Amino acid sequence: MKKFDYFKPKTLEEALALFAKYGEKAKLIAGGTDVIVMIKQKTISPDVLISLQGIPGLNEIKCNGSLTIGPMVTHRAIEKSEAIRKHFSALTDAADFLGSIQIRNVATIGGNICTAAPSADTATPLLVLGTQVRIKSLKEERTIPIEEFFKGPGKTVLKASEMVKELLIPKLLPNTGSAYYKLQRRLALDLPILGVSVLISLDKNKVACSDMLCTASPISSILHKMEEDQIVCKEVRIALGVAAPTPLRAVKAEALLRGKKLSDELLEEVAATASKEAQPRDSIRGEAWYRRDMIKVLVKRMAMKSIERVIQPEETIFPERLW
Amino acid sequence: MNKRILSFTLNGEPVEVEIEPHLTLLQVLRDKLELTGTKEGCGMGECGACTVLLDGKTVNSCIFPAMEVDRKSVTTIEGLTDAQGNLHPIQKAFVEYGAIQCGFCTPGMVLSAKAILDENPKPTEEEIRSGIAGNLCRCTGYLQIVQAIKAASGQQ
Repeated sequence: MKKFDYFKPKTLEEALALFAKYGEKAKLIAGGTDVIVMIKQKTISPDVLISLQGIPGLNEIKCNGSLTIGPMVTHRAIEKSEAIRKHFSALTDAADFLGSIQIRNVATIGGNICTAAPSADTATPLLVLGTQVRIKSLKEERTIPIEEFFKGPGKTVLKASEMVKELLIPKLLPNTGSAYYKLQRRLALDLPILGVSVLISLDKNKVACSDMLCTASPISSILHKMEEDQIVCKEVRIALGVAAPTPLRAVKAEALLRGKKLSDELLEEVAATASKEAQPRDSIRGEAWYRRDMIKVLVKRMAMKSIERVIQPEETIFPERLW
Repeated sequence: MNKRILSFTLNGEPVEVEIEPHLTLLQVLRDKLELTGTKEGCGMGECGACTVLLDGKTVNSCIFPAMEVDRKSVTTIEGLTDAQGNLHPIQKAFVEYGAIQCGFCTPGMVLSAKAILDENPKPTEEEIRSGIAGNLCRCTGYLQIVQAIKAASGQQ
């Protein structure tokens, strides 16, 4: 492996000063599960690594209605956070699906988005949750919506000597549920063929067919009941991973559903529109036509899962029980 | 490159070792400290053969910067036997249930099993299987490993 020097600054200012000093020659390292692998694979060759592990305060989860997550929070900590599971469930799904326990113990959410893989597990949940990214350099601090963060495979909006300081998720509407599904060939340690996140806010929490949601009733009869109950979708966000060079919001599909009464036909149309908005490619993990077809299936299923979670936020994803 | 002094607790004993800053924890354990129980499989954090415990949590030592273990506590497979050299109950169960064939995944597998049981003394089969999802075994088909971990938790 290439030799490099390794610094462990004790404060944010010290880290950013080192980063400004070494510039292109330096790389920030969080958990290192991407950075060390990229150095071993010779895709990057920094002379200096600047570790963020020694800086206090970067690994905190704060939840009081809104949620703030430090960039050094590990996926394992997210997976175990009851507050996140209850209110921001899609993020729990993503943490749960990522790598192995060994990886989740070390890999951080800041690292996951800064590596900016089109397949990044936390990217689509952060998109549907309306995340703001706080970015800091030695001289300035700015906050941008996560939609503007990803610029291409491995590319972000971060300029030289800038780092992600915090992720902010504003308070969600009442009666909101969210879900993320990772389509993969094996149940652990795989990269997704597709990642789909949906967030839905309903106008009421008394979904009359709540019992049916927990059974194996066909999706059409569940939605038929909802139609009878005149349940309106107040807010919806849909995000797709591995469906374009960057994680993507399916805004046209969202617009079809926002403010409308839920129905089977409408959800079909929304899922089909999301599929058209995607620009998937053929790759070793899956062909474009297959990805497009599966977006149709999974957007609808994640919409259903989100509705289920309005009632039961702690329901986990069982791949075998997704209608 | 300037060498650094790393001091940490290894299998309950304090150690100090001079290292180059680019080394991984696995390189320090095997090449500097000559503890070759920890194995290198893929070297990319996928197979789990290099699993060790860092402050009680499993990490892949092949992609873990050695510089980050300073003032922390590391447990390797060599640290599981007691003072008289008796095997740990998990190791005994692995032997008894034939959970070992070639043995290359075993040190990592045993440490993942220990992390599962330390956190959850009576795991379900599902919890055991997801707990060892980061440790690949190409010999046993996992059945005997799952049985051994169950037995070590006193459930068989």
